[in-house]
Amino acid sequence: MKIKLEGLTKKFGSTVAVDNLTVEFESGRLTALLGPSGCGKSTMLYMLAGITPVTQGRIYFDNEDVTTLAPEKRGVGLVFQNYALYPHMTVLENICFPLEIQKVPRKERIARAREMAELVHVEELLDRRPAQLSGGQQQRVAIARALVKKPRLLLLDEPLSNLDARLRLEMREEIRRIQQETSITTVFVTHDQEEALSISDAVLLMKLGVQQQFARPQELYDDPANAFVAEFLGIPPINKLHGVMRNGVFELEDGSAACRLPRWNGVAEGKRVILAVRAESVFIAGNENDRVFDADITQIYKLGKEELSYLRFGSCEIRAYLSREDELQVNQVVPVGLKEKGVFLFDAETGARYR
Amino acid sequence: MSRISILTRRLPRQAEGERQRISVRTFAEPLAYLLPFFIGLAIFTLFPIINVFLLSFKEDYRMLSGEFSRYGLGNYAFILKDPYFINGLKNTAIYVFTVVPVSTVLALFFAYMLNKKLRLNPLYQTAFFLPMVTSVIAVGLAWKWIFNYDYGVLNFFLSLFNIDPINWLNNPHYGLWAIIIYGIWSYLPFTIILLLSGLQNIDPLYATAARVDGASNFKIFFRITLPLLAPTVGLVLIVNIISASKVFNELFPLFNGKPGVAYNLYTVVYYIYEVFYVKWRLGQAGAAAVILFLIVLVFTMVQLYLQRNWKHY
Repeated sequence: MKIKLEGLTKKFGSTVAVDNLTVEFESGRLTALLGPSGCGKSTMLYMLAGITPVTQGRIYFDNEDVTTLAPEKRGVGLVFQNYALYPHMTVLENICFPLEIQKVPRKERIARAREMAELVHVEELLDRRPAQLSGGQQQRVAIARALVKKPRLLLLDEPLSNLDARLRLEMREEIRRIQQETSITTVFVTHDQEEALSISDAVLLMKLGVQQQFARPQELYDDPANAFVAEFLGIPPINKLHGVMRNGVFELEDGSAACRLPRWNGVAEGKRVILAVRAESVFIAGNENDRVFDADITQIYKLGKEELSYLRFGSCEIRAYLSREDELQVNQVVPVGLKEKGVFLFDAETGARYR
Repeated sequence: MSRISILTRRLPRQAEGERQRISVRTFAEPLAYLLPFFIGLAIFTLFPIINVFLLSFKEDYRMLSGEFSRYGLGNYAFILKDPYFINGLKNTAIYVFTVVPVSTVLALFFAYMLNKKLRLNPLYQTAFFLPMVTSVIAVGLAWKWIFNYDYGVLNFFLSLFNIDPINWLNNPHYGLWAIIIYGIWSYLPFTIILLLSGLQNIDPLYATAARVDGASNFKIFFRITLPLLAPTVGLVLIVNIISASKVFNELFPLFNGKPGVAYNLYTVVYYIYEVFYVKWRLGQAGAAAVILFLIVLVFTMVQLYLQRNWKHY
């Protein structure tokens, strides 16, 4: 089922939680709502579920306007952040509950619940109560309960945040597997970029209720729309150098260093800008053509397969993954080149990207 | 070498002294703080309980001289044949099994409504707490007026529905109902408060989850809220059954200190009171108290046993 949001707005009093959002989620895909806390992503999810009323704008499921439709009539399955499994019911009763409400006959109810339990691999746990389950198992049961009524849309609120690091890795692959096996349109909320980038087909990145970029995960990383997107994604965080453009030369704000950036010759004179450089886009220049500036190496961290170096550029430090073959030493001065990919220039005031 | 050995020998000894001091402190000091409470408990609770047990077996006991003929079951044999005691047991049972369920169901209703919209205005707050904080005798006198045949508010309300006035207090058939109505009212506030706190401890997320699945308020209440509230309901039932079994205070002001106009409204505690203070037959009063204690004990045990199966998490 295709989901279309048109000018979706949610206000709580005078605060705007979601601001005039227009976006379309494709059918049968896994879409992540990503952003720092307070960006309105959970509010959006609950508006899709119908729990939170919409202030302005419309929500369409396929071509049906569901903006004011009651939650139970929307055909959505919702998995809460802490799962909200009914503590007094067994796993089987929990999964059966949505069907019980729909007055599905008992036999069919149990058969369908078993089928779901098999899909999420909890068929051994049907007689247990939620308190006797691990976090990952509770998560699986919650997904089964959400899916058993065959919803048109599956919504997951921070599905992995209550799990420890290893389970998180396992469960995110499980969510991907379950979503692909059922090919149900799924929207999930997360503040963790790795989660969003690793399993989703599309990511909607938000900040303070405003859409920043809606794209495939790789596109988001390789082709950020603005400074916020570039900064939000990537570990280690992208290097940000604040400076001024003068005659095609990028000069640090305090004037301590400068370099030529011929790609952005067109940027207006005296414009305050941010040069953003991914750590893996820095390399040791082998020839004079590649050389952008010289820098001395202040620290080198050996991290197993790779080496993270800190380079001094004027008053700034740049994190860089440099090739180990160069056998670099601390305090060595090296000619530095910047790759085409992973180097961006943004307007310092608006955050808009110069192409 | 010698220095090291001195050090190693001294260390365990020091640690031992430390440990001793800790164990004395961890035991004696809290005990000292608790002592006043324990002394009070022993004098005013434990000693009287044991004393009543002994008393109930002393036959022909005279309080002033402390003489008694022998230890035996004579007191029990007497009161179990006494029609007033049997009447008291019957009335108490009727009272407990009407007042406790009815007031619990009503309280559940009020607590549920209050939980929906918790901002209680002061008027409601006062109204709900009034039965708890007002002197029982004063409240009893107020109820005596409410039940008045000629001027009572209750009969006035009944007259609005074209029901003939009922002689609540002076007709022996209605006396028990008067006490029961009064009792239901007096158990409401405590029960509402406990149930309300129980309801507030239930995560509203469960109801939201059920609502997304299309459950009605009715369904949510009976399938989600009530089962989760069961431990609190169990507690309320136990506490109220114990306290309702001791019904006495409600009786006294309504009927001018008599057990109903026709002496037909004996309760167990009223019987104990009369045998003890009026008739001075202390052994029999003790025996009646022990029987009441055993009945309440059995109820509590049964309830605790059942309740074990209510709480699953």
